[in-house]
Amino acid sequence: MVRDYLSISEISGPLIFVEGTKDVRYGEIAQIQLNNGEIRRGQVLEISGRRVLLQVFEGNEGVDTRNTKVRFLGHGIELGVSGDMLGRYFSGFGDPIDKGPKIIAEEKLDINGSPINPYSRDYPLDSIQTGISAIDGMNALIRGQKLPIFSGSGLPHPAIAAQIARQAKVRRKEEEFAVVFGAIGITYDEASFFMRDLQETGAIERSILFINLGDDPAIERIATPRMALTTAEYLAFEHDYHVLVVLADMTNYCEALREVSAARKEVPGRRGYPGYMYTDLASIYERAGRIKGRKGSITQLPILTMPEDDITHPIPDLTGYITEGQIFLSRDLHRKGVYPPIDVLPSLSRLVDRGIGKGKTREDHASVSNQLYASYANGRNARDLAVVLGESSLSDVDRLYLKFAEEFESRFVAQGGYEDRTFEETLDIGWDLISMLPEEELKRVSDELIGKYLRGRKER
Amino acid sequence: MGIVRIAGPVVVGDVEGASLGDMVRIGEAKLIGEIIGLRGEQATIQAFEDTNGLGIGEPIESTHFPVSVELGPGLIGSIYDGIQRPLDTIKMISGDFVPRGITIPSLDRDKKWHFEPRAKKGDKVSKGQVVGTVKETELIEHRIMALYDGIMDEVREGDFTVEESVAIISGKEMNMIQRWPVRMGRPYGEKIPSYEPLVTGQRVLDTFFPIARGGAACVSGPFGSGKTVVQHQLARWSDADVIIFVGCGERGNEMCQVLLEFPELTDPRTGRPLMERTILIANTSNMPFAAREASVYTGITLAEYYRDMGYNVALQADSTSRWAEALREISGRLEEMPGEEGYPAYLASRIAAFYERSGVVKTLGGGEGSITVIGSVSPPGGDFSEPVTQATLRFTKVFWALDAQLAYMRHFPAVNWLNSYSLYIDDVESWWEENVSKDWRELRDRAMALLQRESELQEIVKLIGTESLSDEEKLILEVSRHIREDFLYQSAFHEIDTFTDTMKQYRLLRSIMYFYDLAKEKITDAGLEIILKLPIRAKISRAKYLTDMAGFDQIDEEIKKSLEGEDG
Repeated sequence: MVRDYLSISEISGPLIFVEGTKDVRYGEIAQIQLNNGEIRRGQVLEISGRRVLLQVFEGNEGVDTRNTKVRFLGHGIELGVSGDMLGRYFSGFGDPIDKGPKIIAEEKLDINGSPINPYSRDYPLDSIQTGISAIDGMNALIRGQKLPIFSGSGLPHPAIAAQIARQAKVRRKEEEFAVVFGAIGITYDEASFFMRDLQETGAIERSILFINLGDDPAIERIATPRMALTTAEYLAFEHDYHVLVVLADMTNYCEALREVSAARKEVPGRRGYPGYMYTDLASIYERAGRIKGRKGSITQLPILTMPEDDITHPIPDLTGYITEGQIFLSRDLHRKGVYPPIDVLPSLSRLVDRGIGKGKTREDHASVSNQLYASYANGRNARDLAVVLGESSLSDVDRLYLKFAEEFESRFVAQGGYEDRTFEETLDIGWDLISMLPEEELKRVSDELIGKYLRGRKER
Repeated sequence: MGIVRIAGPVVVGDVEGASLGDMVRIGEAKLIGEIIGLRGEQATIQAFEDTNGLGIGEPIESTHFPVSVELGPGLIGSIYDGIQRPLDTIKMISGDFVPRGITIPSLDRDKKWHFEPRAKKGDKVSKGQVVGTVKETELIEHRIMALYDGIMDEVREGDFTVEESVAIISGKEMNMIQRWPVRMGRPYGEKIPSYEPLVTGQRVLDTFFPIARGGAACVSGPFGSGKTVVQHQLARWSDADVIIFVGCGERGNEMCQVLLEFPELTDPRTGRPLMERTILIANTSNMPFAAREASVYTGITLAEYYRDMGYNVALQADSTSRWAEALREISGRLEEMPGEEGYPAYLASRIAAFYERSGVVKTLGGGEGSITVIGSVSPPGGDFSEPVTQATLRFTKVFWALDAQLAYMRHFPAVNWLNSYSLYIDDVESWWEENVSKDWRELRDRAMALLQRESELQEIVKLIGTESLSDEEKLILEVSRHIREDFLYQSAFHEIDTFTDTMKQYRLLRSIMYFYDLAKEKITDAGLEIILKLPIRAKISRAKYLTDMAGFDQIDEEIKKSLEGEDG
């Protein structure tokens, strides 16, 4: 039986209390009708006897305690999904905003999903080519992985996200690939840049965008990543797509979470973020993965801006504990004019070992990556030393490494915003750089690989 | 009346005949929960499953039994969730996603096990005494223990399911299954001190920071420092009889890796699949977090059961921080007064109670069994001063401090040799002396001192470069590098390097120190330059890949030859 309640007793931030309710279910969605006819949506956060606490996604501006009607809809937040969603834009709450036709849902899915049974999971074993050397060569993105980009304000993560969305591909012909983009509280400029970029390059055909802008209701941000992931799960596990989900910016998501928590007067954890933020973030990030016996996969690339570039801030910290590595953007490289300013030393892709190599990318991939990493680390040490002692006091080998580090940054890491390198091209640049070093310094590559890839290069 | 309040995983409602700790079924969905508070007839319940969709007024039924586990043959090789539901059966019944309200017996009810009596009719038996055995896997003989004191009226040999009666003790039938509440430690005779190390095959752990059988260790570090790889290595290579691995609030893909790899990996000592001695408990971070809280207790109760049979059990909990966070979350929902950083005031006592369930004991049956607990802690921001790390360190005697800086340098296992410690070194010293070599302790302490000296020298180098160091000091840097790169560094992914037995650990370290001793003597005569260019150094670097001790004899000989050769 559908009932309208006129019994709002309290409004507090994004929350409202409704009294005298009956048969309300935990997590249920409610429709809130304002006096002027406007309809908003809310979700049940707590039920105590006949009193219900609702979180209103669109905010409480204009809600009053006399005339606003609340109706409970008998189900959780659902998203109607369909294969026709490809190429379309949606609001952060899943409504089409591109003036296109309505989506005729093939299925209605609860946006919270269900946890994948660990026993049903399949291990990520294949890579996605992003066309960016610092990622593909050093920390390849593996299908089924969740690999965040740790950025800072003012760094070019929107451009990198767009470049990845544009260029990412799986390499076998018969496999389908899609990008689902969840924009969480980003600026209009960023959003329109994305949309324009995807339109112009034609990448929109295989993309789906959910967009919550900075001036959209903050609480809606709690739903947006879940909308994106619900769509991704549908494409991956019902339609065999390899789906890359880009979520930007998770910092805004966490702030929305804090806002709700504060309104509920919960005991705050570190820096005012709720104690359950780890669990909440896990319920998003853990939706990446593969399932035995199904062809598709979900790979997540969440982007977050670290407040004050502080990696120990709760948002990057908790993210790092859940995700499988991180891509780290560096302000120093950015200042030097290196795009993309990816610092490979603190970056890490945990699942890389089994996703690259012979038959997947190229046999020399892991060795080249290790050699570049070790040599670059040496180069950076030499650079630090040169700062203290002066370049002239470095040994010959150290000077060579110093030069290597410079070249590595300017030739391997740096690349054009529209330059799409294959794995092979990336690895070849790697060998070019390795050839700067004397052979006895190359401890991470086998003689066999040196013979095959390096000697010929030197002769040329 | 039923449910009167729902707030996330906390449900309040009337439960008939409720007592604290009882397991309940909540609502029409029959979600599993536990009573954690009572006021009159009204119970506060933590739900182990997602409460979405529950409504006010739905019934709550008590099972009138505390949250407990099933004990009996069939545990080994299983993969359970936090409240001991078999995940493989769940998949069979309800597909790839974890459903709610599902009840599945933890032990297979249809499988027949061959029961072989160990006691005869007319024997007087006491509780906990082994009355028969079942071959559970090729590696584990499951010892069925008497549930009561009394006289064996009857004992039957043959094939039985876990529920069929195998014996009658003073008129009471006994089968092979029993339930035990997870929050209650199982009884034992007495605790006894431990003088034997749990050998893990990991050089930095066994040689520098050993853990005793029955001990407790804390492995802690920021994300990316390799806690999980260390835990996996311990699960693979520790010389325990039974391994219980609790994946508590961690990554699904990591758990998946364990689930896929363990059946493929073989036990180095027996050549049998590792799963034949392993029980996995998987509660990934996206599964309901209240069950995370239960999962470590589920794990330790299973561990106690095998301990009582006389086995050496190693329990790994990865990560106990997630368990502590679940405690904090529930405490918050109960509106309790928070202690440090929002954690409940009873955090330390819960952690203590958990780690104290480790130990070597004289079992009720008269044998000896042990539980070694290794808990990982994930401190926010890698800051060891946070409450969970600090509370844990008070109750564990080993601290393996993982270090982000070492991990960045790809030095694995990233155990920081200066911050880590083990208070068991004195206890296990005699074992090493008897089983490996008399001078083990001396060697270890000298190597440790060298590393300490190295870190001081590195400070100087950072300020004014290597030029100002004497040759002897430069030698210390070079030898420490051997210790770091050729001994402490150990690849988990290299076929041979992944495991090093104690004798090889000793020989490897001895060769490095032997080189140091001779080089130090010759340094004034031969000059540092020449010593550092000796080809033997490359051989020392590859010594970790040797498989027989004769190889080390050769290396030692060569060290001697090349350094004494420089004389002439």
